[in-house]
Amino acid sequence: MSDPILEIRGLRLTIRTDEGMAKVLDHIDFALERGRILGIVGESGCGKSTIIRAIIGILPPGAKIEAGVVRFDGEDLLGLSEGELNRRIRGSRIGFIPQDPYLALNPVFKVGTQMLEIMRWHAPDEGGNRSDRLRRHRTRIVELLRRVQLPDPEAALERYPHQFSGGQRQRLVIAAALASSPSLVIADEPTTALDVTTQQQILDLLRDLVEEFGLSMLFVTHDLGVVAQLCDDLCVIYAGQLVESGRTAAILDGPRHPYTRALLACHPDRAVAFTGIPGTVPSPLRAGPGCRFAPRCGDASPVCVVRRPHLTGDHAGRKVDCVLYELPESVG
Amino acid sequence: MGNVPDILELRDLRVLLGGQRRLLRKPVPPVRAVGGVSFSVRQGEILGLVGESGCGKTTLGRAVLGLQRESGGEIRLDGKLVSGLPPKRARVVRNDIHYVHQDAAAALDPWWSIGRTLEEGLRIHGIRSADERRARVDEMLAAVGLDGSARPRYPHEFSGGQLRRVALARILVLKPRFLILDEPTSGLDMSVQATVLNLLLELRRRLGLTYLFISHDLSVVERLCDRVAIMYLGRIVELAPTGEIFASPRHPYTRALLSAVPRLAPGPNRAERLVQGEPPSAARLPEGCVFSSRCAYAQTACSTTEPTLEDVAFGHQVACRRWRELRPDAWAA
Repeated sequence: MSDPILEIRGLRLTIRTDEGMAKVLDHIDFALERGRILGIVGESGCGKSTIIRAIIGILPPGAKIEAGVVRFDGEDLLGLSEGELNRRIRGSRIGFIPQDPYLALNPVFKVGTQMLEIMRWHAPDEGGNRSDRLRRHRTRIVELLRRVQLPDPEAALERYPHQFSGGQRQRLVIAAALASSPSLVIADEPTTALDVTTQQQILDLLRDLVEEFGLSMLFVTHDLGVVAQLCDDLCVIYAGQLVESGRTAAILDGPRHPYTRALLACHPDRAVAFTGIPGTVPSPLRAGPGCRFAPRCGDASPVCVVRRPHLTGDHAGRKVDCVLYELPESVG
Repeated sequence: MGNVPDILELRDLRVLLGGQRRLLRKPVPPVRAVGGVSFSVRQGEILGLVGESGCGKTTLGRAVLGLQRESGGEIRLDGKLVSGLPPKRARVVRNDIHYVHQDAAAALDPWWSIGRTLEEGLRIHGIRSADERRARVDEMLAAVGLDGSARPRYPHEFSGGQLRRVALARILVLKPRFLILDEPTSGLDMSVQATVLNLLLELRRRLGLTYLFISHDLSVVERLCDRVAIMYLGRIVELAPTGEIFASPRHPYTRALLSAVPRLAPGPNRAERLVQGEPPSAARLPEGCVFSSRCAYAQTACSTTEPTLEDVAFGHQVACRRWRELRPDAWAA
């Protein structure tokens, strides 16, 4: 249909551990269309952060991508060398907003020094001698800090990270992620540690920036409320498997996969009674070929444990990874 | 409602933190963490205490417990004055009040088995018989949905949700009547959070507990609490029954806070943005109303006189000079 900025097809990732092979990601499949915000939602340990690490090629020790394609702007990222990723992709064309801005900033250097360092490595080369470049970079940083509504951006360059509040630090790392004019920004739970009024300001800012800079954004979170406020599209992940994807409004209005339904029923805005989801998340060490939610699923049938459903998508890009929604003709 | 006795009553409670006299230099003034808080908690209710980080809600909880000495005001437990005492004595007379720590893993000793940790509290409280201690531990483990098999195990063997249960059991063996729950579900997944909240409701019913529920998660507070107190920079700005405060908030800060909650119903409503910037530091409080520096409705008088809590309806109090003009239907304008 369209040409997505980021496309992930059939991604499978395992991590070698002392106790055997952990199947951490099992057939992850999604596409981020240009100019949109895609939310990736799941509970802790479901593999959300591993997806990000697979995209930018920073894998934990022992991890191996078994199969799949990660295509960014038409280019297969899995085929690139470490050097190429560093030179052309990470921090340049893909910006990253971390969960904890305090860990992302070096406490012993001034903010300005750190931002100029980013520009020195990742800003597009526009010629000129060293002092020209420095002046240009400085102007751009001040411009960005003003855009992210950091008070007194000129003075901010001379201050250290600890002199900013949590919300201001988040603004700093957002500016840092945008410094090299990326086309894709990946945000890993950027508002989790913030108070609600600050969170709301940051979400407003992110939405404005996506429109203004023509960005596309991959937004990882566990908070369905934040997704509802920010994301155009949504992927729900459970234990390393993609269970449902589609337009955010469509999924929130009518969740189809039993896990999505159960998760939404736990949200205080929706909960009839606080029941939770019985059972626990299965270990990726002992994952079988079937649906990983089957042991906790009220609608499970024997076939769920044996095989995955044949994925089907409807016109609006809605995909539900559950045998309940298999189209009759696709059952083989 | 009227004849239910108050279990806890705070009157004009003040807590100052820090402050220092320095030789030949200007003294560092103390920070007013809690500045004149008055409310009461009725027997058996869940009172939500809501505010953003740094507003003093945890300090208030510690002062009620007796871990933090109050600088002024009164605390009454069952009508009996329990404030103004030296710290050790204060903790003893407030023995019915217990505190459930925000981070359950940090509240448990990683080198001690669950059984040993749970029995320690009983030993300190003078229960000599080992059989009785064991029986009470087993009873409480069962009450929180675990069983005796948890006793020989260690904290790292439990998941986050189970640890909350263990931490609750640790407090419940001491038979408290009043629990201060400090962000009891922060850091938990939604599906686990739901089971913990369910457990809290069940325990209250079975053991006749009263909760002070400290939280910043308004969605949870709305579902769980009977009444809600909104705190901003050491002051209670609004206090009302839950249904009323969510349906018709009167204080501009409450209004801003409620509209900032990321709700499941999609579509951001930008017209609702009522608050700019971030809270000022508690070390440099604004004059007059503490919210005046960020309030969209502030007038000059707001930054000179400090408002007090006034009754706007039965059981609904608000600390805003302009509450009469800013009626719920006037917010839209």
